[in-house]
Amino acid sequence: MRSRTIKVDALARVEGEGGLYVKMRGDKVVDVKLNIYEPPRFFEAFLRGRDFREPVDITARICGICPIAYQMSSAQAMERVCRVKVEGQLRALRRLIYCGEWIESHALHVYLLHAPDFLGYESAIHLAQDHPDIVQRALQLKKVGNDLMILLGGREIHPINLRVGGFYWVPTRKDLEPFIEKLKWAREASLETVRLVATFPFPDFEQDYEFVALRHPDEYAITEGRLVSNKGLDIDISEYDEHFVEEHVQHSTSLHSRLKERGPYLAGPLARYNLNFDKLSPLAQQAARDAGLGPVCRNPFQSIIVRSVEILYACEEALRIIEEYEMPDKPAVEVRPRAGTGFGCTEAPRGILYHRYTIDIDGIILDAKIVAPTSQNQKIIESDVDYFVRQNVTLPDDKLTWMCEQAIRNYDPCISCSCHFLRLHIERE
Amino acid sequence: MTKARVVVIGVGNPYRRDDAAGLVVAQRLRQEAPSHVTVIELEGEPTAMLETWRGAHAVVLIDAVFSGAEAGTIHRLDAQAGAIPQELFRYSTHALTVAEAIELARALGQLPPKLVVYGIEGKDFSAGVGLSPEVEGRVAELAERVLRELPDAAEAGA
Repeated sequence: MRSRTIKVDALARVEGEGGLYVKMRGDKVVDVKLNIYEPPRFFEAFLRGRDFREPVDITARICGICPIAYQMSSAQAMERVCRVKVEGQLRALRRLIYCGEWIESHALHVYLLHAPDFLGYESAIHLAQDHPDIVQRALQLKKVGNDLMILLGGREIHPINLRVGGFYWVPTRKDLEPFIEKLKWAREASLETVRLVATFPFPDFEQDYEFVALRHPDEYAITEGRLVSNKGLDIDISEYDEHFVEEHVQHSTSLHSRLKERGPYLAGPLARYNLNFDKLSPLAQQAARDAGLGPVCRNPFQSIIVRSVEILYACEEALRIIEEYEMPDKPAVEVRPRAGTGFGCTEAPRGILYHRYTIDIDGIILDAKIVAPTSQNQKIIESDVDYFVRQNVTLPDDKLTWMCEQAIRNYDPCISCSCHFLRLHIERE
Repeated sequence: MTKARVVVIGVGNPYRRDDAAGLVVAQRLRQEAPSHVTVIELEGEPTAMLETWRGAHAVVLIDAVFSGAEAGTIHRLDAQAGAIPQELFRYSTHALTVAEAIELARALGQLPPKLVVYGIEGKDFSAGVGLSPEVEGRVAELAERVLRELPDAAEAGA
């Protein structure tokens, strides 16, 4: 029987280093492996023995694209140990900088990393040659997000202005005012983005996923909420370890995460959208409907539409926060160490990011655990590729490889974050 | 007549040993470059790079490269003369490489009239600080070469 191997040694347009290996015997898929060979980074180990105020800056270094997620999950975990709640305008400012990160990260992925797949371009550069206006819009949109991160975070990569308890510095109303016009432009540009990506060709593809995301009673959850799923999960984040488990697999330096009772699950924009559609703004809901989406979308290829809807929502949220902003008296709440274990979970652009810390009475870290979104999505990515290849075995290798890479990019995997990733191999026997 | 905007950009990650070479050269040039020259250090976020040279007349960009040549080897590439070889700049922490950012700028018609890229061959990109002796030993010479580009650059934009 003829066997085929599809092998991509270094996947392009993903963050970090990894590969994909698919082995087929005749029409049967024998093996699918997402190989993550980016070296592990031992963050959890070297956080031990450090002060409880340090992870905010140390874990921000895990990712150049979603540092705010790391800062927020770690800060909130520590605040929970120390029984401090950051509320009011400080909480609003945290949501604002997180909106900046969503805008910046999603604009990068939608336009520069994922759109070329749908439009048949090898890269954003080739896309820019034919459609400079589209790429120009992408860069400008991304810049609005980056600028928010620069103002509130001090710089866009690895910001330095967030801390346990709040910020080191908070802006005046006047500091935020220039963003009103920028965000109004960005809101229009993101509406255009939703309209554009809605016209892309999508393969008919869906599986029976378990979607996991945060849910909050008052808002589209970003910085806090309960962990819920479409299959009955509804827990406080402190119960995470009772329901989720991480496992080592031989072909990857990234841990694989699964639900103990039911196995793999999907985190990220699709999960958030499906579990929290009712919490989106009327404009974002309407834009999604106009783009042909219902309140539930199970096709991961359409995550590009959902991401664009989330950009739109983030622009609206940022505008709302700025318009309602009043400068707080103090940039941070005082936080004194207390012995105990705390949990932080926030919605990074790619999905839930979970932190757990145990500290002693002096605030020294005894134990740390960090579960990045890409670890959580790895099993689903492998399962999607497996299913996609089985459905499309007659495709020639080059086309199949292209589509497999696209299926991986549906998840905007951030390999460096998860390494704890991409090359693609399809082997046909 | 407006003064030409001349920008020197050092790119790198200060905590990945030889990857910091572009930053080290930029730091040195901050002391040595004439006052009309703006020296910027970047970690390599590509859209920030495009933003940095918007409106500039002349840009010199310095980054560590890994092509398999001897460590410390200095490569000079003129972006206006042709495409920047993608394989030189394989490492980026931000999804697009320096070469991709330059090609993106070219596609968008945002390439400065003069853009010279200096690549210095690194050998150790592991975690940590400090350059390899082979790279460290070429920093002064590379800074000198960049400085020699600059008057021309200023004139080109004047």
